[in-house]
Amino acid sequence: MEEKNSFVREVAEKKYEYGFTTDVQTEIIEKGLSEDVVRLISQKKGEPDWLLEFRLNAFHYWLTQEEPSWGHLKMPKIDYQDISYYADPTQKGQAKDNGQKEIDPELMKTFDKLGIPLEERLALSGTAVDAVMDSVSVKTTFREKLQEKGIIFSSISEAVKEHPDLVRQYLGSVVPYRDNYFAALNSAVFSDGSFVYIPKGVRCPMELSTYFRINARGTGQFERTLIVCDDDAYVSYLEGCTAPMRDENQLHAAIVEIVVMENAEVKYSTVQNWYPGDKDGKGGVLNLVTKRGHLRGANSRLSWTQVETGSAITWKYPSCVLSGDNSQAEFYSVAVTNNYQQADTGTKMIHIGKNTKSTIISKGISAGKSQNSYRGLVRVSSKADGARNYSSCDSLLLGSECGAHTFPYMDVHNDTAIVEHEATTSKISEEQLLYCNQRGIPTEEAVSLIVNGYAKEVINKLPMEFAVEAQKLLGVSLEGSVG
Amino acid sequence: MMSAEQQYIDLYTECRDMLDKHSAPVLNALREEAFANFQRLGFPTQKVERYKYTNVAEAFAPNYGLNLNRIPIPVNPYEVFKCDVPNLSTSLYFMVNDQFYGKQSPLPPKGSKMGGNSSSEAQANVGVASNDAHPSISPLGDGGAIVCSLKEAAVKHPELVAAYYGKLARTSKDAINALNTMLCQDGLFVYVPKNVIVERPIQIVNVLRSDVDLMVNRRVLIVLEQGASIKLLFCDHAIDDRSFLTTQVVETYVGENAHLELYELEETHVRNTRFSNQYADQQAYSTAVLHNITLHNGITRNRTDLTLSGEYAETTLNGLVIADKEQQVDNNTLIDHKAAHCQSGQLYKYVLDDKARCAFAGRVLVREGAQQTVSQETNANLLGSKEARIYTQPMLEIYADDVKCSHGSTVGQLGEQAMFYMQQRGIPFEEARMLLKFAFAADVLQTIKLDALHDRLSYLVDKRFRGELSKCEGCKMCK
Repeated sequence: MEEKNSFVREVAEKKYEYGFTTDVQTEIIEKGLSEDVVRLISQKKGEPDWLLEFRLNAFHYWLTQEEPSWGHLKMPKIDYQDISYYADPTQKGQAKDNGQKEIDPELMKTFDKLGIPLEERLALSGTAVDAVMDSVSVKTTFREKLQEKGIIFSSISEAVKEHPDLVRQYLGSVVPYRDNYFAALNSAVFSDGSFVYIPKGVRCPMELSTYFRINARGTGQFERTLIVCDDDAYVSYLEGCTAPMRDENQLHAAIVEIVVMENAEVKYSTVQNWYPGDKDGKGGVLNLVTKRGHLRGANSRLSWTQVETGSAITWKYPSCVLSGDNSQAEFYSVAVTNNYQQADTGTKMIHIGKNTKSTIISKGISAGKSQNSYRGLVRVSSKADGARNYSSCDSLLLGSECGAHTFPYMDVHNDTAIVEHEATTSKISEEQLLYCNQRGIPTEEAVSLIVNGYAKEVINKLPMEFAVEAQKLLGVSLEGSVG
Repeated sequence: MMSAEQQYIDLYTECRDMLDKHSAPVLNALREEAFANFQRLGFPTQKVERYKYTNVAEAFAPNYGLNLNRIPIPVNPYEVFKCDVPNLSTSLYFMVNDQFYGKQSPLPPKGSKMGGNSSSEAQANVGVASNDAHPSISPLGDGGAIVCSLKEAAVKHPELVAAYYGKLARTSKDAINALNTMLCQDGLFVYVPKNVIVERPIQIVNVLRSDVDLMVNRRVLIVLEQGASIKLLFCDHAIDDRSFLTTQVVETYVGENAHLELYELEETHVRNTRFSNQYADQQAYSTAVLHNITLHNGITRNRTDLTLSGEYAETTLNGLVIADKEQQVDNNTLIDHKAAHCQSGQLYKYVLDDKARCAFAGRVLVREGAQQTVSQETNANLLGSKEARIYTQPMLEIYADDVKCSHGSTVGQLGEQAMFYMQQRGIPFEEARMLLKFAFAADVLQTIKLDALHDRLSYLVDKRFRGELSKCEGCKMCK
């Protein structure tokens, strides 16, 4: 039956559509990592002294650390001296009168091809985009319109220049450079990412989005995103990523920090589609990311939604620290792995404030020879009276050579907490297939339908445009319900 | 500062001859390798995943005495201690520390016991310590099953013991195994030949007895041949108010179509530290029912590794923990599904109070090719106080696609509605709490297949919840 199952085959053999490269003159600094390289990056970005000091502290700390190995992953050896830490594809552009660089048409074409319109007039929906290629932000759209409301949406390098106080106040406050090995590395060499500040009481009128693209060979991407949502504010933020097909592993070690103040709400959605390597497991992006949100104010809310389909290795735990009383956090994830992909992903929910609530819904789909793990931590501190957590982790296995694993950790130090976790692992049941077949639905369609329904709980949480992309990525059509 | 390992390394180098002299060649044969492994491994730190929740070095740091010269300890277990299960006909044996007290002699009829029932048919094995503590191997019933001292078995049946000893509990990966293997001199040996069914449950009462703080290294080897069946009940007690440190390694082989029931009950005191590593290997069509019940203790770490090597094997692994004061219990399990069509079920329940710190980590591993595996793992925890802590970690690791595996874990309190309902009907607050706690624990007790043992444990659990030291009737400490 397996042989005939075209859907499984489709999932297993699906071609990577975004594997092209852009032929654009890129300034790449020499490979290797040293204090000089850190200084050079800082100098190229024209950064103030405090930021250079931050980078150097992180770099020296990184030197004292060892690469972690506790993940359920077979990591290729990363040679940190064989990576170029800065690549600037906008270097060719001429400075315009207003000081902004003109964008190379090749870059425009690339983002068009990826379906990311950089021309504001072409934007169909109200989505502001910050497009980042390699180490540099190419363009941020709708900045002026957002500025009218006092919203700051720019690349982090620009924010360092224009709003140094804000950046300094929050940078590293959620993910300190001592947090982990890759966070230290990122803090030392981070390049562009987005900076978002939503002032008090403002509801961001459009979706903010960042599109990350690795283009240059032999480089890594180390972006840094910082989102601050002040009292009573709201923002929905999207992130998408792709990379060209290469037979080498490329390193992506990013940090995302989110600060949520009183009564504020942040929605963070990711559709991660880095190049996963070919069907023999060659090449692909190593996606080693630290993402964390700090719910500082009372009644604050944060939700992470992620659809993970790409990357040779995904190792990340978007987390929430629930400090504010009555704060609520959510984590929705669909992780698909096939061929030789490996994923060890999940979340951490750290309950500190009173009456805090968190929900974790994780869906793993493994195909081919891939390994897919959920790893999550729910910690209830002794002060977190009335904390509530519900976790549900399901795994679906398509094929007899793949693996699905669940490693939940629950540390409860409070007698008023209610913490629940459940997990199941199974393949698509014969009964379900028979039911569909009986009603005239061919097996392939039935499998597609079941997988679709399985992931729907998470996909429904995505903003419309992203949901469409996510569904396409899952290789599943929403049409045709059981009659 | 001297590392915790050093005193054991010194001890071994100084006392190697003494260890050998009072043990058997089969046991001695593995010491050197174990010692090398122990030196290499050292005690696991809390960064080691399987020892995350227990500070091993700290537990092994104090200076304990060891009875390496096997000086007979003057104790008449029967006089100070009477721990049998009413209405349950068992063959009762005593172990004092790690020494097996042999001879079985019929017990004279006893007066009224708990519950007013005097129809106990228990047979007690009264071993008054002497230089000849070990009896000859006495076959049980008609089938030729053996329950005896490990040392004696190793002398009389060296091939049999050597074929199994140290094969499951390998010293190369685990420091506790290494330490136990290099220091243990004696323990228990249970052997059931092919197709022999031992009807009467075997009860082993482990008594910790010493006038000084003592370290005990106990070794248990259980071998069930094809089609054999046995029910074992181990009770751990400490009868002296000294600090005890016990390492115990249990290796169990369950042959094809064999059936094993093994109930382990710990009922010691707060100065007792226990490290128990239990390994079991199950062949095709075998069934095993294992229970780990911790009623009262100091620091306990139970590691249970079960391997399902043959198809259609079934295993049930249940646990109950009641902890308060500053007690620590860490249950760490691994069920390794190596063959297809096997089933495993786990149910662990914890009731915590005061400053108890407990952990449950259960890993279910389904290997490639172990299709049609059915596995269910449940861990439920009741937290009764602000300072109590629970760490729970149910894990699934699956490499086969045609499986049905699930796990669930909860942490919570007694239901407010249920409490209200009972108080409305005139049941006092404390009593209502007790009832609910008992009902919570009953889920595990109900899975005990020996009715009399179930009744006895229910009684002990009830007593435990009422804060009465749940020692057995007739014990010196409880009088």
